[in-house]
Amino acid sequence: MQWDIVIGLEIHVQLATKTKIFSGSSTAYGAEPNTQANAVDLAMPGTLPVPNEQAFRYAVMFGLAVNAEIERRSVFERKNYFYPDLPKGYQTTQLERPIVGPGYVDIDLPNGETKRVRIHHAHLEEDAGKSLHEDFHGMTGVDLNRAGTPLIEVVTEPDMNNAEEAVAFAKKLHSIVTSLGICDGDMSQGSMRFDVNISLKPKGSDTLGTRTETKNLNSFRFMEQAIAHEVERQMDVLEDGGSIVQETRLYNGDRDESRSMRTKEEANDYRYFPCPDLLPVEIDDSFIEEARNSLPELPDARKARFMEQYGLNDYDAGLLSGDSKLATFFEEAASQGKDAKLVANWIQGDFSARLNAEEKSVADSPISGAQLGDLVVRIADNTISSAGAKKVFEALWSGENDSVDAIIDAKGLKQVSDTGALEAMVDEVLAGMPDQVAQYQNEEDPKKRKKMLGGFMGPLMKASKGQGNPKLFNEILVRKLGG
Amino acid sequence: MHNKSVAELSRELESGQVSSVELTQEFLDRIKREDSKYNSFITVTEEQALADARVADEQRAAGNATPWTGVPFAHKDIFCTNGVRTTCGSKMLENFVPPYDATVTANFRQAGAVCLGKTNMDEFAMGSSNENSFFGAVTNPWGLNEGNKRVPGGSSGGSAAAVAARLVPAATATDTGGSIRQPAALCGVTGLKPTYGRVSRYGMIAFASSLDQGGTIARSAEDNALMLNVMAGFDPKDSTSIDREVPDYTATLNEPLKGLKIGLPKEYFSDQLSPAMEQQVRNAVAEYEKLGATVKEVSLPNAKLAIAAYYVIAPAEASANLSRFDGVRYGYRCEDPKDLMDLYTRSRAEGFGAEVKRRILVGTYALSAGYFDAYYLKAQKVRRLIQQDFINAFKEVDVLMSPTTPSPAFIQGEKTSDPVTMYLEDVFTIAINLAGVPAMSVPAGFVDGLPVGLQIIGDYFSEARLLNAAHQFQQVTDWHQREPQ
Amino acid sequence: MTISREDIEKVAVLARIRVDDEQVSALEKDLGNILDLVDQLGAADTDSVEPMAHPLNAVQRLRADEVTETNQREAFQAIAPATENGLYLVPRVIE
Repeated sequence: MQWDIVIGLEIHVQLATKTKIFSGSSTAYGAEPNTQANAVDLAMPGTLPVPNEQAFRYAVMFGLAVNAEIERRSVFERKNYFYPDLPKGYQTTQLERPIVGPGYVDIDLPNGETKRVRIHHAHLEEDAGKSLHEDFHGMTGVDLNRAGTPLIEVVTEPDMNNAEEAVAFAKKLHSIVTSLGICDGDMSQGSMRFDVNISLKPKGSDTLGTRTETKNLNSFRFMEQAIAHEVERQMDVLEDGGSIVQETRLYNGDRDESRSMRTKEEANDYRYFPCPDLLPVEIDDSFIEEARNSLPELPDARKARFMEQYGLNDYDAGLLSGDSKLATFFEEAASQGKDAKLVANWIQGDFSARLNAEEKSVADSPISGAQLGDLVVRIADNTISSAGAKKVFEALWSGENDSVDAIIDAKGLKQVSDTGALEAMVDEVLAGMPDQVAQYQNEEDPKKRKKMLGGFMGPLMKASKGQGNPKLFNEILVRKLGG
Repeated sequence: MHNKSVAELSRELESGQVSSVELTQEFLDRIKREDSKYNSFITVTEEQALADARVADEQRAAGNATPWTGVPFAHKDIFCTNGVRTTCGSKMLENFVPPYDATVTANFRQAGAVCLGKTNMDEFAMGSSNENSFFGAVTNPWGLNEGNKRVPGGSSGGSAAAVAARLVPAATATDTGGSIRQPAALCGVTGLKPTYGRVSRYGMIAFASSLDQGGTIARSAEDNALMLNVMAGFDPKDSTSIDREVPDYTATLNEPLKGLKIGLPKEYFSDQLSPAMEQQVRNAVAEYEKLGATVKEVSLPNAKLAIAAYYVIAPAEASANLSRFDGVRYGYRCEDPKDLMDLYTRSRAEGFGAEVKRRILVGTYALSAGYFDAYYLKAQKVRRLIQQDFINAFKEVDVLMSPTTPSPAFIQGEKTSDPVTMYLEDVFTIAINLAGVPAMSVPAGFVDGLPVGLQIIGDYFSEARLLNAAHQFQQVTDWHQREPQ
Repeated sequence: MTISREDIEKVAVLARIRVDDEQVSALEKDLGNILDLVDQLGAADTDSVEPMAHPLNAVQRLRADEVTETNQREAFQAIAPATENGLYLVPRVIE
């Protein structure tokens, strides 16, 4: 049987506020356990929550960025359940009146098409602490530093139909929140966590199948694998005549396996009700307008501008505009000269390859955008050959010198582009290779002729000590040999 | 000395007739000598009190005194006190010593008052007789001479009994459904529950967040005013605290009452009230008429639904508020939990008393899937109807008057067999918390030798007017001066 | 309204309170009485009434995003039932 895959996402985005959503404790990552958990975060008796304005500002910015309605009067609710990393025994969250209403995000698909993924809503809530399962004499250790870190949970409609689309959406969302500066985007530290809802239905059917939720995926790669894994699992169950159980599953990326998280103790009954310690939050027009005015350029607008301003094609513009740090790097480089396309090629070629090889992000690059721009300028004006450019790139990367021109001088990489000098060299080389010249001139096939030209380049480069401009040599050769 | 009011003690400290150390010692001695009869204190902080008294005397000498500098008082054991055990009347917090102060605690500290200890209470403020304390029941100082041990009311029974027995001139208290007014009435003292949001709830251990309000118990209205001057005010740490100017509540105590419009809610003079009680309340209203007030009957048509709405909303909020007592970060933890579920269920089963568990279970039930609309949402709607009754009544009159309780102090054990019988004790006080308006209980006579309380209810933020009305009454009556024998 | 033993057991699990068999019978009676009291609510006509969550018609104040808390782990963990290396300890949690 043929199946349609239906995917919806829930994404937890940690907001980059200085303090927690309901207390003045720091949210800085990596502190000693429980040193950033204070009376309110520990749910000490009698303590009370006071919400952080910045969390609301960030949530509103997010809402505006995904074309959503902002709820003018949002309400916090208590979601009741017991867990050691949840000090109050309830999570303060939003259910009935979330801050961000319906919106949408457009994603670019590999086939060049654009797809709209609808956002059901996004709400503000508090993160839980962490349980550490290393052995403490058979006990679990609880660190509550993370408890109370502000999150927005973004809930999509089930609008995605395969892992590629889901990953494209996830990457787009990552690009939006990092461009907004409301999340550091560091997935390895849990700054963004994905829950994937998956169901299958017979191809063309209108009725949604039973879905499962795979929780807490913290990399795009794991997300892609987990979807593939779960789709296959559901397909196996359904094709064997079984039925899917609505449940939460946990995916182990290292082993590519998943298991159910159902507990036999109870069916969850979260007993949501409005939190009586907090009042309704009213967001007025001026707050929304301030947030709107503080919005930086978003990925879609940036992509359009890259195409317009730098003449990039759709693919290059999409790639370079997605990550705000990469986009800034590109613009620094491109502003040094005129050949933005060449800059784009270099960033996607040698530069990206080198970052990947060393597992570095753009932010940790030893080369600045301006330096790469200088390098491209020297390629474009024929000062250096592409072989020379690679040497300059290496020197910049290793920190040998930070000036492109100084490296070119020091390594003697400057190409000879004086046509008179080059012509003299061509004459001399051709005079020493009469047989090859005759062979070339007797050849009819232009393809073979082109190939034979290469045979003269070696001796020419040797004669110019590697500094002759190959493009000019080529032009002179063609002219002298007679077409 | 122990019969003097806060106002009088303050004046004597100021004139140097007595030192804070002397006063503090005298009250500490009284507590040591007398409290075995009442059990009104859970913790007495003798050393700390004497140290604070010495500091207070120095401040007086240096001319840095507030009216409270050096005056002894006590806190209900629901207010967190930095470095001093705060139990909330529960085994769960038997050894809990908070490293922080409630805002109310900090305010009294700032004012230089000398705290003698923490008063007994129904566990987590759930109760109307103070028989629900892990630290034992409190005995009402009234009625002891007949050989019957009577309840002081609850949940602030320790505070009311301690003030009535002259162990302290004043004590803080809290009121979720009548927990200040009912014990004040049963112990013959004066108590005030302010408007919701007037006094910070930060560090006041929560029972039902949308109903809880800190307040005052003392013998006179004037002393209540002095207390409220310290307690009231905006607190940035409490989102439900109201940012509104705090008047000097003593400044308007002597305003004449001529023209004061009093409403008597007919629903509060029903057959639930004994004729003897009703007579005392009507006599008190007559005193007000002599002072120039006018009286008319008004109606609170939804008042009869108040107990039903309350026993959904309060347990629902409590069921979540008390989830933090899980044996993980502080408080009672059961011996040798075999797994996490065992840690939770046994710590909570062993750490909470019967009434607290009942209310948690009722609240959990009312919020659970399938019952939320019929119970919780319905109760919230009825709550609005009740509030509207008060808003309508205050369009016609300035204050409402009623009995505080349907009957005087009952004998210990009399109402413990059925929780609902106990709940009906708060029939006249509960609607006030649902609406969030302020109310007082003022001593207004005796029935069978036991005190009767007059409840005076005001519009939002009308504490000054209530205190004024109570003070004027106390200028022409001496019920509040009577001392239990 | 009556409440069944099954409901009491379910609610007790949700509330994480251990209830022994003999306690269930007493709770059946007590909770049943309380629910009878509460059932009076059904009589009220609340068709067009907005639920009321707070006594005052106020809106939430928001706090500036500034760190106001300092590390007080030692004071807080001094009153904890079980800690090690700065962590609160609980019986092993299996995810």
